[in-house]
Amino acid sequence: MKKTGAEILVDALIREKVDYIFGYPGGQAIPIFDALYDAKELTVVLVRHEQAAVHAAEGYARATGKVGVCVATSGPGATNLITGIADAYLDSIPLVAITGQVATGYLGTDAFQEADIVGISRPVTKHNLLVKDIRDLPRMLKEAFYIAGTGRPGPVLIDIPRDISAGSLDNYVYPESVSIRSYNPTLTGHPRQIEKAAEMIKNSKKPLIYAGGGVISSGAHKELYELAVKINAPVTLTLMGLGAFPGEHDLFIGMPGMHGSKTANNALQETDCIISIGARFDDRVTGHVASFAPKAKIIHLDIDPATISKIVRVDIPVVGDAKIILTALNAIVTPRAASEWNEQINKWRGDRLFSYKQTERIIKPQYVVEQVYELTKNRDTIITTEVGQTQMWAAQFYRYAQPRRFISSGGLGTMGFGLPAAMGAALAKPDMLVIDMAGDGSIQMNIQELATISINKIPVKIVIVNNEYLGMVRQWQELFWDKRYSSTCLRGGFLCKECKGPGHCKKKYIPDFVKLAESYDIPAFRATQHEEVTDVLKRGFDIDGPALMEFMVAPEENVYPMVPSGKPIDQALEEL
Amino acid sequence: MSIRTISVLVENHSGTLSRIAGLFSSRGYNISSLTVGETEDPSISRMTIVVGGDDAIIEQVVKQLNRLIDVIKVIDFGSEPIIERELILARVDSSKSTRHEIIELADIFGASVAHVSATSITLEMSSTCDNADNFINLIRPYGIKELIRTGKVAMAQPKK
Repeated sequence: MKKTGAEILVDALIREKVDYIFGYPGGQAIPIFDALYDAKELTVVLVRHEQAAVHAAEGYARATGKVGVCVATSGPGATNLITGIADAYLDSIPLVAITGQVATGYLGTDAFQEADIVGISRPVTKHNLLVKDIRDLPRMLKEAFYIAGTGRPGPVLIDIPRDISAGSLDNYVYPESVSIRSYNPTLTGHPRQIEKAAEMIKNSKKPLIYAGGGVISSGAHKELYELAVKINAPVTLTLMGLGAFPGEHDLFIGMPGMHGSKTANNALQETDCIISIGARFDDRVTGHVASFAPKAKIIHLDIDPATISKIVRVDIPVVGDAKIILTALNAIVTPRAASEWNEQINKWRGDRLFSYKQTERIIKPQYVVEQVYELTKNRDTIITTEVGQTQMWAAQFYRYAQPRRFISSGGLGTMGFGLPAAMGAALAKPDMLVIDMAGDGSIQMNIQELATISINKIPVKIVIVNNEYLGMVRQWQELFWDKRYSSTCLRGGFLCKECKGPGHCKKKYIPDFVKLAESYDIPAFRATQHEEVTDVLKRGFDIDGPALMEFMVAPEENVYPMVPSGKPIDQALEEL
Repeated sequence: MSIRTISVLVENHSGTLSRIAGLFSSRGYNISSLTVGETEDPSISRMTIVVGGDDAIIEQVVKQLNRLIDVIKVIDFGSEPIIERELILARVDSSKSTRHEIIELADIFGASVAHVSATSITLEMSSTCDNADNFINLIRPYGIKELIRTGKVAMAQPKK
């Protein structure tokens, strides 16, 4: 069949079962958008900034496990995608990013809106492709989706010059299958390695499961649950892994690392056997690497051989898909009864994993998260987050019962992630309640998406915890930089002459988020007192459609525990 | 730290070289030498990369290379016996009085004369890298005007 390049692209998207595509047009992408105009099978969501397109595609992918798709034009459109592509790369999120490009004859001439996006995106993509001949386009599209979604997932960029999208191909056939000789991810773990792992678990007195985002990508949460219960091992989940094991379960001990629970960090330092599943020993988890888990033998299940022994020496590596390996392991592992180790864990935990000091009138940010949890725990809810303190409180104080309910920028820590990610998640999961847990700093990085949300009636609930600071950096400045709040106060600016701190500042906070939301025709509510919190949340959640709720919270509240960067994880700072 | 030779079979198309080079540069590793050329199968190129690093670094590099979609096979020669060659071109100052001495030295090393002018002589030699180093040290006193080394190419010795 004869089709233009753009029509081939649209046909491929439909065949790959893409139902939403997030994008922004531009000169070199006009042929692509023209073909999308007629596509009834998929919905194009016009965002207000390309960075939001890629985060929305990530939100969609993180909520569903399917490949997210975004499209932008050449040059600035393409470069605006880079932050989100890097975000997806670090968190192993399946994504196909499509960029328009100047016509092949103009490549490398510094043409208008030309950027070497294949070169620029190379270090932050799993793979990328420049289409130079329309005959390669069908195969490359098939490969892009295949590579993005298989093995350790990741973003793939496909750069389509204008003469390719506007050109035509006589005998178009979309390939049924794909075969890449250099790409064959290992899925089944080596049986001997799995036996060795079972043996090590059997001999362990203090086993600990440390699981991450790989469990969620693999869909291995049921198998993880079975293993944990069978061997009675406490489970710590990385930020990326939250929801892979029920947050209310007795064996769950919270997140490890810098802002992890004391219980999880103590358990890591005392365990004799770490069973790591789809986690990568990130520096925010290990703290000072040489003093990390000194007594532990380590079993590491991961689909990516390059993750094994990258940071921490591993004793038993098992390369493959977590679900397949865990199924095999569960079949042979020896059950283990609860022991002194479990008692020790319970003693460390006491009655809660995380705590904070409640106050009479002023709103504590942790209280807002707790109340969000109380009001939504009986509904199927997705929490997306911005980045910083609020992200950490959302990780600590909300109990995620299922996977794909906590959507957060883990590896890259991208401010501005939460709002567009919530759009993508809300479109992917129309039956769920989707909440962006935002700080007042981070949300302003993609605040323009209020327009996309309002116009398309995307029912995103925005909870802004407003401490009037770039709180996480301010926290570091308070603790390690002598309280010199350089460029972190969002009330002040370079006109401030002297600063006596938040209690004395007469300046007005800008913007007024409630008025801002109203100008986008989004209902908005504000709470300034502790006792107003629940009521404001209820009003926002009860509205049919999007709503914004702002909470004026204690400005100098810190995230605790906190392991200072580079320190052993059992040396956390705690609230005095 | 040791010097290691890694041979990489890759898809022969644009972007592959920069992908591989980027993998080293993003980690701050300096490549000592890198050669690329087509193999018996024109769709596959072979790169021979010489890089310095401790074992953990090399292990990580090999794993990262294997992750790249365009990489078909990575062979870390380690300490296994290899056949290696490097081509050098060296232009050396020469006068009537030194020309014969230089040619004699070249003969000993199996180097040949590629060009002669009134003031210089250009030598060409294909040899192991160690041998090339020795040769260069011996001709250095005559005055090296220009020196080009291709970097190493290497093959494993057959097992039988």
